[in-house]
Amino acid sequence: MIGQSPLRIFIAHAMLLLGIVVVAFPIYYTFVASTQTLQTILKPPLPMLPGDQFWNNYGEALFGGVGRMGGVSVGRLLLNTTIMALGIAVGKIFISILSAYAIVFFRFPMRMVFFWLIFITLMLPVEVRILPTYKVMVELGLIDTYAGLIIPLIASATATLLFRQFFMTIPGELLEAARVDGAGPWRFFFDILLPLSRTNIAALFVILFIYGWTQYLWPLLVTNSNDMNTIVIALRKMVSFADADTQWHLVMVTAMLAIVPPILVVVVMQRWFVRGLVESEK
Amino acid sequence: MFPNKILPYLLVAPQLAITLAFFYWPAGQALYQSMLRQDPFGLKSKFVWFANFRKVLADPAYLNSLKVTVVFSLSTAIVAMGVALLLAVMAEKVVRGRGLYRTLLIWPYAVAPAIAGMLWLFLFNPSIGSLAYLLRSLGIAWDPLLNGTQAMILLVSAAAWKQISYNFLFFVAGLQAVPKTLIEAAAIDGAGETKRFWTIVFPLLAPTTFFLLVVNTVYALFDTFGIVHAVTGGGPGKSTETLVYKVYNDGFVNLILGDSAAQSVILMVIVIALTAIQFRYVERRVHYG
Repeated sequence: MIGQSPLRIFIAHAMLLLGIVVVAFPIYYTFVASTQTLQTILKPPLPMLPGDQFWNNYGEALFGGVGRMGGVSVGRLLLNTTIMALGIAVGKIFISILSAYAIVFFRFPMRMVFFWLIFITLMLPVEVRILPTYKVMVELGLIDTYAGLIIPLIASATATLLFRQFFMTIPGELLEAARVDGAGPWRFFFDILLPLSRTNIAALFVILFIYGWTQYLWPLLVTNSNDMNTIVIALRKMVSFADADTQWHLVMVTAMLAIVPPILVVVVMQRWFVRGLVESEK
Repeated sequence: MFPNKILPYLLVAPQLAITLAFFYWPAGQALYQSMLRQDPFGLKSKFVWFANFRKVLADPAYLNSLKVTVVFSLSTAIVAMGVALLLAVMAEKVVRGRGLYRTLLIWPYAVAPAIAGMLWLFLFNPSIGSLAYLLRSLGIAWDPLLNGTQAMILLVSAAAWKQISYNFLFFVAGLQAVPKTLIEAAAIDGAGETKRFWTIVFPLLAPTTFFLLVVNTVYALFDTFGIVHAVTGGGPGKSTETLVYKVYNDGFVNLILGDSAAQSVILMVIVIALTAIQFRYVERRVHYG
């Protein structure tokens, strides 16, 4: 081990602290703004310490804010976003683990064709097929529904590849032993494969939950009614920078409510998050 | 292997149904429509082969948005990766508090790009942003709502800020994989710290760096639609209109279907190229059997 001079260590700490300040500042500033009165926000510079309007602002946004976002409460927006994020995370894991199971543990005609069909979807993000996908949604009557927000996003090449890779590391002997003991495909799946995949599922869940929570283009396309907006889209609608009427203190509260849940998920499940990120991108 | 005949088809059916309905069918439609041209009333359409592509590629507005996209993507990737690499190198040096630093650096990952954009705009908004106030009191004429270059700087800052955590985690993992013996040998030979970094560590990080370059480019191309839409709406003028924003705008707002479809197909080609590069050069460590 090479010795590090105390000065260099000190510089390293200083740089890291500076990095944290840069990274944290926009969010801290938003929090500070969310505890000020509208008048204070409109007269920059903003104080660097939280104000005394925390209860007022959060109370008004959560319970009195009806009408400010097209008659939709923040609770409803959070509910929509949570349903979408959970639906996408669970749905992607569910259909990916099934297809990976079929592709790795069964031999059937067209197996590789299916694999490639799933794989190629990597190259077809929503952005390259916006209009025709929107048309399909209209024809299927999926506009302004939870199904419309969730189902088209749950096909997942990445998750399928990840499960496939993991399944291929499971020794063939394990499968043979299970079969000798009389386990059928379902038994093998539920009693052996699923418990072994627990960490992978947890890791993937964190990544996919964040993915679902932060979606923008898709909810923008498939929701017309304010009732079905996600909180990110609703926030965009609340903000009009040219407009003097923007209720900045409430916008800031809504922004905090939109960013805190996914941040909590990342921080609390950090171990799985880091693992999932590094693994799923390999 | 299980010998079942029907079960595997049932297992892949849900995924396949979704990919066919929401991926392949629309992508095929985009391809087909990119070769159609509608009359101004939307009543008739005519098959025109590649005329839409010729029109789009000759359109100064499209070439402008191509330029905007290249500037935006490269700047975002370079800023986000540079800052992350610096922080990761620093984090490698410290022993105490490393876990805490990591926790405090990773959470912007969870912030939606559009919200990141709105927060930065709030900070730098000419009328109410505290940092805009600071800039003005330093004598800088700051107005990202009127000045295209400043709008671009704002977008790049927000997009790069959001991506630092991701790059940081990968650089930390990459740095940990650099053999310590090599660095020690170089130190014994008298190479100073800066020299060790540029001649040993940085070249060994090349696979990570290249991988991140591809990922960051894809991020800047696609995932940042929310930032552009929420912060500048492509403006002022067309100075921040990226390719994805233009597809959306032409298709949904201006309803020029043929052009929008042709642009979609061009984007598709870009994604395919990037994915091919990623798998050809980056995926060597993974073995697809």
